[in-house]
Amino acid sequence: MSSTNISTHEVHHDVHEEHEHHHEQNFIEKYIFSQDHKVIAKQFLFTGIFWAFVGGFLSILFRLQLGWPQATFTFLEPILGGWVENGKLSTEFYLAMVTMHGTIMVFFVLTAGLSGTFANFLIPLQIGARDMASGFMNMLSFWIFFLSSIILLTSLFIETGPASGGWTVYPPLSALPQAMPGSGLGMTLWLVSMALFIVSQLLGGVNYITTIINLRTKGMSMTKLPLTIWALFLTAVLGLLAFPVLFSAALLLIFDRSFGTSFYLSDIFIAGEALANTGGSPVLFQHLFWFLGHPEVYIVIMPAMGLVSEVITTNSRKPIFGYRAMIGSLMGISVLSFVVWAHHMFVSGMNPFLGSVFMFLTLIIAVPSAVKVFNWLATLWRGNIRFSTAMLFAIGFVSLFISGGLTGIILGNSALDIHLHDTYFVIAHFHLVMGAAAFFGMFTGVYHWFPKMFGRMMDEKLGFIHFWLTFIAVYLVFMPMHYLGIAGFPRRYYSWTGFEAFNMFADMNTFISISAIIGFSAQFIFLFNFIYSIFKGRRSTPNPWHSNTLEWTTPVLPGHGNWPGPLPVVYRWPYDYSKPGAVEDYIPQTVPFSETQSSNFPHEKDLE
Amino acid sequence: MITFAIGLSIVLLIVILFLLFRIGTLASIFRGSSQRAVGTTKVSNKVNSVLLLLFLLIGGAAFFWSFADSWDTMNQPLASVHGEWTDELFWITMVVIGIVFVLTQILLFWYSYKYQHQDNKRAYYYPHNNKIEIIWTMIPAIVMALLVFYGWKTWTNITSAAPEDSVVIEVMGKQFNWMVRYPGADGKLGEAHVSYVDAVNEMGVNFSDPNSMDDFMPREIHVPKGKPVLLKIRSRDVIHSVFMPHFRLKMDAVPGMPTKFWFVPTKTTAEMQNETGNSSFNYELACTEICGQGHFAMRFLVVVDEEDEFEEWVASQKPFSEEHPDLLAKFTLDSQKQLVLENKSEKAEEVKKEL
Repeated sequence: MSSTNISTHEVHHDVHEEHEHHHEQNFIEKYIFSQDHKVIAKQFLFTGIFWAFVGGFLSILFRLQLGWPQATFTFLEPILGGWVENGKLSTEFYLAMVTMHGTIMVFFVLTAGLSGTFANFLIPLQIGARDMASGFMNMLSFWIFFLSSIILLTSLFIETGPASGGWTVYPPLSALPQAMPGSGLGMTLWLVSMALFIVSQLLGGVNYITTIINLRTKGMSMTKLPLTIWALFLTAVLGLLAFPVLFSAALLLIFDRSFGTSFYLSDIFIAGEALANTGGSPVLFQHLFWFLGHPEVYIVIMPAMGLVSEVITTNSRKPIFGYRAMIGSLMGISVLSFVVWAHHMFVSGMNPFLGSVFMFLTLIIAVPSAVKVFNWLATLWRGNIRFSTAMLFAIGFVSLFISGGLTGIILGNSALDIHLHDTYFVIAHFHLVMGAAAFFGMFTGVYHWFPKMFGRMMDEKLGFIHFWLTFIAVYLVFMPMHYLGIAGFPRRYYSWTGFEAFNMFADMNTFISISAIIGFSAQFIFLFNFIYSIFKGRRSTPNPWHSNTLEWTTPVLPGHGNWPGPLPVVYRWPYDYSKPGAVEDYIPQTVPFSETQSSNFPHEKDLE
Repeated sequence: MITFAIGLSIVLLIVILFLLFRIGTLASIFRGSSQRAVGTTKVSNKVNSVLLLLFLLIGGAAFFWSFADSWDTMNQPLASVHGEWTDELFWITMVVIGIVFVLTQILLFWYSYKYQHQDNKRAYYYPHNNKIEIIWTMIPAIVMALLVFYGWKTWTNITSAAPEDSVVIEVMGKQFNWMVRYPGADGKLGEAHVSYVDAVNEMGVNFSDPNSMDDFMPREIHVPKGKPVLLKIRSRDVIHSVFMPHFRLKMDAVPGMPTKFWFVPTKTTAEMQNETGNSSFNYELACTEICGQGHFAMRFLVVVDEEDEFEEWVASQKPFSEEHPDLLAKFTLDSQKQLVLENKSEKAEEVKKEL
């Protein structure tokens, strides 16, 4: 709270202080242990991009196995060493890869990389604050995440391999080192890494919420916030409520693994002996895990929704359609996301009555999601659309969100889930709706806010090529997976040739793998564009997209404290695009109504 | 040498691509298009909007073609009563979401194309319309309500209590194969617990329980056509999942928590072989919950017989206890253990009733 006071009343003093402060900062304070939210956002972004390439590469490795089950991969021996025997990937390594792919993508890329980057970068800039409420906690959040990253990365290189029981780490498989090699040290490292990750998320989340509630600039009421901030705010609330439950699940798993308790273990005979554990329930873990796990998919997708809303409205040159409905649907999704978790467990053996309840609650969540899609479409309608790369990715996001979201109506139906549970239908569904769509949201954000982050523009032509290759590849990879899934093709299968029911899909699997390789290769275009543009990109103007929100009122490269002078004052909502009577087709939030008499509506005449 | 040549050509390719990229950038500076706001230049707008439209048309066509082309392979032969319900519900839901899918995707790409940037145009300021918003909130809500109702009816029918006269089969998952046990002539499965498991008695059956004397453990599942079959499912190590794709049947096998699923097979294996024209057709049981390195190989055969064939097959099976008399001897000798076991057997019965 104190910083807002300083900024509004002691402007000159503040500027002076900022100026002095800059000179004092040495390299380590400025770029490594920085407390500046913009630097921390970039740190999250770089780490996220690194992880995305690792996670993507792992998926290519197992797609090789699935696409060419008979082939030998001797060329992988130099990279993978003992994991390839006589050109054959080991079955344990296959499971390790799917597990790590899931963990990395869900947590390290799409949670930390996406909301870590954009919550840090956009919250202070879009609400008009000098920095986060606690810069120190914010720094701590990144460095604990970094530590957690290092631990997870280490687990990829140990002899027994990383955790291999699927990213959901269901016990007893994950609890017993006898069950698979990955459940030994690899699983321990996974749990430690995840515990640290949760700490990082909580530190970040508390900060985001506090900042949004307390540090909004003068005039920035909650109903004048851009939708990005609403999305990031509710995401942080979800994270704060859900992650501690994952922590407790992980803690009990640690007890079962190391201290001989039986929270999840009962009646087990493994590796030639009956275990003494009795009375535990593996289903308990599933309940705890999915109590986080389901909100988690909204933690992943809601920031993307926010970014996309902002980019669509800016580039359509139109106000977002149904601003309040958009906020309402975000709130609806947030509340409902906590009461649908057991739809992941329809066939786990839980009471079928629970299945009925959760089917009902799950299908309700389709309503706010549908409202969002309709509102995006209505925003495009009669717009004057500028196809920046960010806009293309935003349109791609909507398309993928529709395609993937609709099949959720099928999977949320417990009667249909019986056949489709744990098949490629599920894979196709969630990769489209929360994997690819969230990635598209992330690309939207990176292309759109790159000028504010680095003061330069990314190359648009390379962006177009990147978009088109990615967009096409994503559909070519995941659409055919629906067919496999309808036929019942199970997920996490090293090889499917042993089953008469599933062995007719050899060509389609090869096709999917080729598409995946093309899609992954296209990401190197992005990587090149990203790195090249940081150093050599065209210099940006302060507001290259002619956007209304506050971050574009800062200098090209905002320094420590974001605004050199006093903090901006907000007079209007962020979506006055193409207002009739206005000179330009956008009116920034900082322009008072008194200066725009020609475009004011009757009820706005008397406003400031 | 070849590796070197490949490496060199890749490097050259990258250099050429980079030069092309530089030339393109410089050309756009000379043309002055880099001076305009991004997304307002004529060419890139035209190209991208046309590509979006083409994506809709070609992508849509490719999707429908591939869907039609894969129709036969994606529809697994169906052989259970409840499978007919769920398949019908599935395709009805698919039609509903298919309509929404087509409409929204068409609008998305068509609007993107139609309302591409033009210098002399301005977007239409249209921030909200409460009436429309209420309508398009209500429509999905009503459709969802109908789907929930239909799904709930189907689900409660499928998960209702198994009929009294069901054929009972115990299916046990272990790393990495399935084992099954039939109750034999008395129709009752003997008690089982992991503490009895050894190299011979892999299912951990308590052979001092009289009910287990006639239990038999075949190498494949046989079920009679047209009669309800109740699968009593358990696991002895990690979670597995019983999946029989042709019967649209799936239920997790959980250690320490017996589960169940009942179904009615509608076609014998022979009938299905005729129908599919594949003389080697077999019903299969697969595992669908990751359970370790052999997860993908937990295949088990399921055979659907005519009722009389099934009775014959049952009659031809030898009880496990008869085949392993030494095992039986071990159990009768150990009289002290027996007392403990009886207590446990009562408990196990209770659990099964509850579920």
